[in-house]
Amino acid sequence: MSEAVLPQRFLIRRPGLLLSGLILAAVLAAAFAPTLFTGQDPITGVPSERLQGPSLAHLFGTDETGRDVFARVVHGAGLSLRATVLAVLVAFVAGSALGLLAGFRGGWLDSVVMRIVDVLQAVPPILLSLALVTALGFGTTNVAIAVGVAHLASFARLMRAEVLRVRSGVFVEAARASGVRWAGVLGRHVLPNALGPVLVLATVTVGIAVLEVSALSFLGFGASPPTPEWGALVAGGRNFLATAWWMTTFPGLTVAAVVLAANRVSRALDGERS
Amino acid sequence: MLEISELAVSYRTSGGVVPAVRDVSLRVGAGEIVAVVGESGSGKSTTAHAAIGLLPRGGLVRRGRIAFEGRDLTTLSEKDWRKVRGTGIALVPQDPTVSLNPVRRIGEQVAEVLLIHRLAARGDAAALAVELLRRAGVDRPELRARQYPHELSGGLRQRVLIAIALAGKPRLIIADEPTSALDVTVQKEILDHLAGLAADDGTAILLITHDLGVAADRAARIAVMSEGRLVEGGPARELLAAPTQDYTQRLLAAAPSLSREPLRPRRAEGPEVLLSVDSVSKTFASSRAGSVRAVDDVSFQLTRGRTLALVGESGSGKTTTARMAVGLETPTAGTVSFDGQDVTRLPAAELRRLRRRFQLVYQNPYASLNPRFSIADVIGEPLRAFRVGGRAARVAELADQVALPSSVLRRKPAELSGGQRQRAAIARALALRPDLVVLDEPVSALDVSVQAQILNLLVELQDELGLTYLFITHDLAVVREIADQVGVMRQGKLLELGPADDVLLRPREQYTRDLLAAIPGGEQVRA
Amino acid sequence: MKGFPLLRRILQAVVVLWAAFTLSFVILYLLPGDAVLTKLGSAEGGPSASPAQIAALRAEYGLNDPVIVQYGKHLLAALHGDFGTSVATGDDATHQVLTALPPTLAVSGLALVLAIVFGGGIAVLGTFTRTRWVSQLLLSLPPLGTSLPTFWVGLLLIQLFSFQLRLFPALGSTGFASLVLPAVTLALPTGAIIAQVLAKSLQTQLAEPYIEVVRAKGASRRRVHFAHALRNAGLPALTLVGVVAGNLLAGSVVTETVFSRDGLGRVTAAAVTAQDVPVVQAVIVLAAFFFVVLNLAVDLVYPLLDPRVSVRKEVPAHV
Repeated sequence: MSEAVLPQRFLIRRPGLLLSGLILAAVLAAAFAPTLFTGQDPITGVPSERLQGPSLAHLFGTDETGRDVFARVVHGAGLSLRATVLAVLVAFVAGSALGLLAGFRGGWLDSVVMRIVDVLQAVPPILLSLALVTALGFGTTNVAIAVGVAHLASFARLMRAEVLRVRSGVFVEAARASGVRWAGVLGRHVLPNALGPVLVLATVTVGIAVLEVSALSFLGFGASPPTPEWGALVAGGRNFLATAWWMTTFPGLTVAAVVLAANRVSRALDGERS
Repeated sequence: MLEISELAVSYRTSGGVVPAVRDVSLRVGAGEIVAVVGESGSGKSTTAHAAIGLLPRGGLVRRGRIAFEGRDLTTLSEKDWRKVRGTGIALVPQDPTVSLNPVRRIGEQVAEVLLIHRLAARGDAAALAVELLRRAGVDRPELRARQYPHELSGGLRQRVLIAIALAGKPRLIIADEPTSALDVTVQKEILDHLAGLAADDGTAILLITHDLGVAADRAARIAVMSEGRLVEGGPARELLAAPTQDYTQRLLAAAPSLSREPLRPRRAEGPEVLLSVDSVSKTFASSRAGSVRAVDDVSFQLTRGRTLALVGESGSGKTTTARMAVGLETPTAGTVSFDGQDVTRLPAAELRRLRRRFQLVYQNPYASLNPRFSIADVIGEPLRAFRVGGRAARVAELADQVALPSSVLRRKPAELSGGQRQRAAIARALALRPDLVVLDEPVSALDVSVQAQILNLLVELQDELGLTYLFITHDLAVVREIADQVGVMRQGKLLELGPADDVLLRPREQYTRDLLAAIPGGEQVRA
Repeated sequence: MKGFPLLRRILQAVVVLWAAFTLSFVILYLLPGDAVLTKLGSAEGGPSASPAQIAALRAEYGLNDPVIVQYGKHLLAALHGDFGTSVATGDDATHQVLTALPPTLAVSGLALVLAIVFGGGIAVLGTFTRTRWVSQLLLSLPPLGTSLPTFWVGLLLIQLFSFQLRLFPALGSTGFASLVLPAVTLALPTGAIIAQVLAKSLQTQLAEPYIEVVRAKGASRRRVHFAHALRNAGLPALTLVGVVAGNLLAGSVVTETVFSRDGLGRVTAAAVTAQDVPVVQAVIVLAAFFFVVLNLAVDLVYPLLDPRVSVRKEVPAHV
């Protein structure tokens, strides 16, 4: 397999995947260096230019205080992405650790962990996140943790199932029968083979996390008002729905594009694995 | 009646178009049994599926004609195909356990053929279905008709599928490896029954099989396929007696069922007992009827340098016995001693130390190799576990011993053929220079020609390294080739144990005689 | 054989419900941040409340008791359907939640019908049609449906159907017409999930060997698809019922906010905003109750549809 040529051909035959990659790259760049994309101030507007439609000067138009919507979307990428990554990390790390423990250790520990997982999954994730936000308080970080915890159970469940599946595999028994110790069995045989599907779930969860973080932000539980956040931007445009459609349409479109791109890339990773 | 001429079929895959069948011509006369024999990937199954218009997704007839009763089927519309299927050509599929709709009753599934082709009114179909089941040899057909597939054994399910195939009174039945998923004794009964029914109705059979022996027993004419091409075809007797093509000769030589000679002269028991199994039993707790006694009071001894074969059908307890012998399963009662040491009561650490001296080779060489490891890592894993130095050199030596080219050492298991994978598994088992190797159906997942190679390799290695084998298999033909001693197991009990010649030539038990009679190709050998 | 596992399943359901209560208690009453106290303070006059007042309130709400006593009291009360009084409104929390339920059920019910009809339809047609582009188009819809933010879709619908076309009211909760847009919004992610699961399940079933046997009988594509594959593929989709109900309930928080409709979702959103712990807990336990009851119902129906199962063992979960 020639490493250099293959990805190119692979991408050219999949324009959707290429576009998705570009979108994600752009959003990442916006998160780290927003000034690359726009020189306008996201916080203080120019009152004389309030509620203007999309134009070359203001790609996404301006809002009720004359702030450039595009600049606010670009500057919102940082917070929105940070929340997403934190949410996925919380779910992935805590969930897989629990699942690994339950699956490999077995016995009563397995029962306890799985009962907790059952209960976590008996409540819809968004409601669970809302309960956590109620308790932890508002703010981007708390929203991210809440979303992460709400998805922790599915990681634990999948990791456990994978560990059990791999552990019962013939090659694992073969390793045991040829004298490999349990640490070697876990580290060299079980974990590497169990991790694949869990990583795929992590990539799938990226899209879900973007959606849920922005939904909670839309409901007003994220960062406090002047700070731009994608969900909050859409919420801010609600009162101008009839007159300034661009205020809701473009930030929402951004969220949709990012989720679609993340899902497309995740599907490609899943396909490559199998 | 069925005339396939110059057929070419290919599959469209992500990697491009792959030809599966190229230029195959074949004829089946009315009421005739014709067998297509070939190894996996030979295109035999594709040919059969093309003949009933049920190629899997991506499959396409690129050239040639498939004429059935004078009509070319390749140009048929889907609607016209439906009239041919079931009444003109019927199918008996490969694996009966997955070939019935799990949520519909047996009777409905048989009656469906009659209803589709309006061969019976809705009211009569049920009664006719029961009659069809009775004809196919299903016991208590009225009861079975009301049951669901999961309530029936594999053999019964295959009889149901035969009833379905016969329901539309087809002129041709395509039987695609109809019994390879079943136990040998059941296999024979079902094939006999199918052949009998077809003869009564004057139905022709196109029998697809990997087993030259099965073909030899029943077919009037045999076609041998390899790599999508027809290698040789002709009347069965002539073809078997005087094959003209190299490939057929090799296939014939490799088919264990058609040879009677052991690979090397059989030997009597040796002086030193290496493995001693004393009245071992194993009971598994089962959720339903309390518990299942998988192994029931089994005793045998295995002397150094010899091969003991344990034979039995599925559920006979042979694998559980083997697993107890290597300490992977703890007996409920009885003891296993290895070289004088009681394995069953050994603390884990000591058992692990003892593992250097007995190793296991599994049936499925793909599942038993870690898919993420390179072959070198696979073979070297036991050395690594016991911190043996000079790993690379030893791995190379082992690869050489099992005749694996050094180029495969860097590859992953998925990139190897089945035979190469099994060689790697054997090399891994030999890495720590064990005394005893337990071989659990080591060749049953492999094509016959590969089977012969692996069996030869095992015999050579045994002579070279003084190995002792406990050989687990369902295949008496393989036993005939390799065993010094034979034990026959059934329902957890060891029925018969003794020198291979005694058990195979002068069996004491009726069950052993049944097993021997069920080896396909028996008629040919006797003739 | 039949009665025993059933009894165990009912018991299991009760345990899950109890555990859900416990979970919500742990989250809402025990997590650091003392949201209750903050709330108590501001509800009774903001941070200006004197330490003495706060202490009195703590005592009144039982916050000075040991945790286990607090838990016991709450559990006992919850068993009688009492989750305490809303900190924000002073109403009975249970009453507040239950009175908000009917309008939400109306929207959710309509959304469920839409989701099943369109989601199921897309899956069945997408796998049945032999026209390649139609199939590709139909089967690409569900992934799209799960990727769109519902709050945004709701706003787009308002823009298009209320402001541009003036077909449906943008806001409010009176009359059937006001149901349509919220129900469509709510149905979108749910229908997409149903379509995804059913289509995948159908594709799996159609690749099973038994389908080949049915085709070899001479069966038509329609018979193969509907009498055999769909019957088997519908079973895994059925286990989604509990998840779907949860999604609808959770989704109503967003849709009701978007469309300014009265209902459970609005009550929940308001309660979270006000950090109104008793109301939030009542909502959580109610959601778990729906989940548990629906799964129990599926368990009872399942053996009638799948002869291989007497009582389903695994409980499906929200993903």
